[in-house]
Amino acid sequence: MDLLSNLALGFGVASSLANLAFCLIGVLLGTLIGVLPGIGATATIAMLLPITFQLEPVSSLIMLAGIYYGAQYGGSTTAILINMPGESSSAVTAIDGYQMARNGRAGTALATAALGSFFAGSVATFLVAIFAPPLTTIALKFGAAEYFSLMVMGLMMSVALAHGSVLKALAMVVLGLLLGMVGTDVYTGAPRFTMGMNQFADGLNFVAVAVGVFGIAEILRNLEDEHDRQVMTKNITRLFPNRDEFRQMIGPVLRGTGVGSVLGILPGGGAILAAFASYTVEKKLSKNPEEFGKGALAGVAGPESANNAGAQTSFIPLLTLGIPANPVMALMIGAMIIQGIVPGPNVVTEQPALFWGIIASMWIGNLMLVVLNLPLIGLWVKLLTVPYYVLFPIIMAMCSIGVYSVNSNPYDLFAVAFFGLLGYVLSKLRCEPAPLLLGFVLGPLLEENLRRAMILSRGDPTTFVTRPISATLLLLSLAILVLVFLPQIRKRRDEVFTESDA
Amino acid sequence: MSTKPKDGTDIAAGLLFMAIAAFFAWQGLGLEMGTSIRMGPGYFPMVLSAILFLLGAVILFKAFGRPDDEPIGRFAWRGILFILPAPIFFGLTVRGLGFVPALFFTTLIASQASVRMRPLPALILAIAVTIMSTLIFSYGLGLPFRRFGPWLPL
Repeated sequence: MDLLSNLALGFGVASSLANLAFCLIGVLLGTLIGVLPGIGATATIAMLLPITFQLEPVSSLIMLAGIYYGAQYGGSTTAILINMPGESSSAVTAIDGYQMARNGRAGTALATAALGSFFAGSVATFLVAIFAPPLTTIALKFGAAEYFSLMVMGLMMSVALAHGSVLKALAMVVLGLLLGMVGTDVYTGAPRFTMGMNQFADGLNFVAVAVGVFGIAEILRNLEDEHDRQVMTKNITRLFPNRDEFRQMIGPVLRGTGVGSVLGILPGGGAILAAFASYTVEKKLSKNPEEFGKGALAGVAGPESANNAGAQTSFIPLLTLGIPANPVMALMIGAMIIQGIVPGPNVVTEQPALFWGIIASMWIGNLMLVVLNLPLIGLWVKLLTVPYYVLFPIIMAMCSIGVYSVNSNPYDLFAVAFFGLLGYVLSKLRCEPAPLLLGFVLGPLLEENLRRAMILSRGDPTTFVTRPISATLLLLSLAILVLVFLPQIRKRRDEVFTESDA
Repeated sequence: MSTKPKDGTDIAAGLLFMAIAAFFAWQGLGLEMGTSIRMGPGYFPMVLSAILFLLGAVILFKAFGRPDDEPIGRFAWRGILFILPAPIFFGLTVRGLGFVPALFFTTLIASQASVRMRPLPALILAIAVTIMSTLIFSYGLGLPFRRFGPWLPL
């Protein structure tokens, strides 16, 4: 069978000693930084991105993927122990996980999160392996118009899934697109928005923008209000769930995996949506819904499985279409481009070892997380007691080294400071950074495909609606936009996000 | 002070977006627009600037007649004052002073962003970070940084 030989190829690549080591380092680093409160997976990857550039493309992407799910895993540890989610997808875990910790069941909550994530991750990895190749064959039929429409849909999804005002999220997307225009025009070679500085001729450095908007802005936000954290450390006694708890877990984990796998594929941030959806499902199905919010096991098991499954399947649009489903995938695209790989449907045929190697490494990474992290939980908990004022100077030093090491360009460091300030001001104005980053990455691609489509159609803009796939995608984008503006949905959406903030 | 309710955050956001849009439009004036068949380098940015300006205007317009549900809150002035200069300092000095001293001062500057950081721990932290990073990045990963630069009389 094709699938099996492909997977064998993948495992062959992923289980080479060097790649195993990089996967391990990635998973450990990801967990390490993900555990630190206030720094989510996106900021973690943004900051660790540069150190992977010295590696081979496969190893670099394997390590990045490891950092990604390591950070997600670490984020849920923090959510459970100190009720401070590093990432919005673990916000749901915090609701019941923290309550469990307060009831002296911190160990059970942590183990449930880990086991649920592992199961969901394994299933979703398998789904990626099954569905990615056929999707790439469809993707190869995509022309410029289809790509343009698909990206529009991805951007609309990110708008729909952002917190708060839809208008502001839209504005952030457009701002991101504009920032993506900085640099040399691909068609004519004319410099754009460089203010006469040659240093910006290649465009704004993606790492600098990401580190600034996510990393620095987050540090500044945390510095607004320095207070002590309450760590639930004393009562981690029993780690493994007993038989009864195992039985309670099975249903939520299975449902969470299903919900997460489907929603993760959607461009725009499926993992977050998946966690919320799973929580709602579990609450609806539960025999005693009043337990939710007071430490329900299902409230940890379901969402944790869902967000991990979603995190895994969000690789599908990245690997098949080269379209990022969320800011983290946007970072992965940036990494691929820097490594000289053009993301998209050709990756699977031209670089099968890379493609399948990444997929296999996802499963290995998940396995490592369970095996390593359950015994290491004590260490992560200690890490939580390190005060923030010691951490952030270290983070700043790492950011500076990291950004500089990409191109050895001092201007990138000035850009970090500038985008840190911009990101902070925008976050103070309650504008989400995720749509901006997605827009920034997709900007050049969007423009190129728009221009190409217009040349192909000889200036006829109806090409976007007369080609069936493109028309469908545009209709879907329109539907998404209409939906989020509809009053009832808007109210529901507000409720969901308020719940996460609580 | 007017008694009419208005959302100060959104007013600021709307104005900021409009200002950025105007800036991009102004910068893009010199770029060739081209036709819709062969779009010039100025076409797409101009369209985007127009959309951003419109969105900003709508955000601004909608901010009036609605109370500010969540005020902006405190600004991390001390953070801005010390965090942002840290990478700039690193960028300015990494070639001249070299990796080791540049990193040491960068960490020291950044550490001042917290009111809780005392001078001695800051010094110890900066030294520790510098030593570790030099070992990891310069010796371990072999990144091509000059450890001590030409500005130093070494």
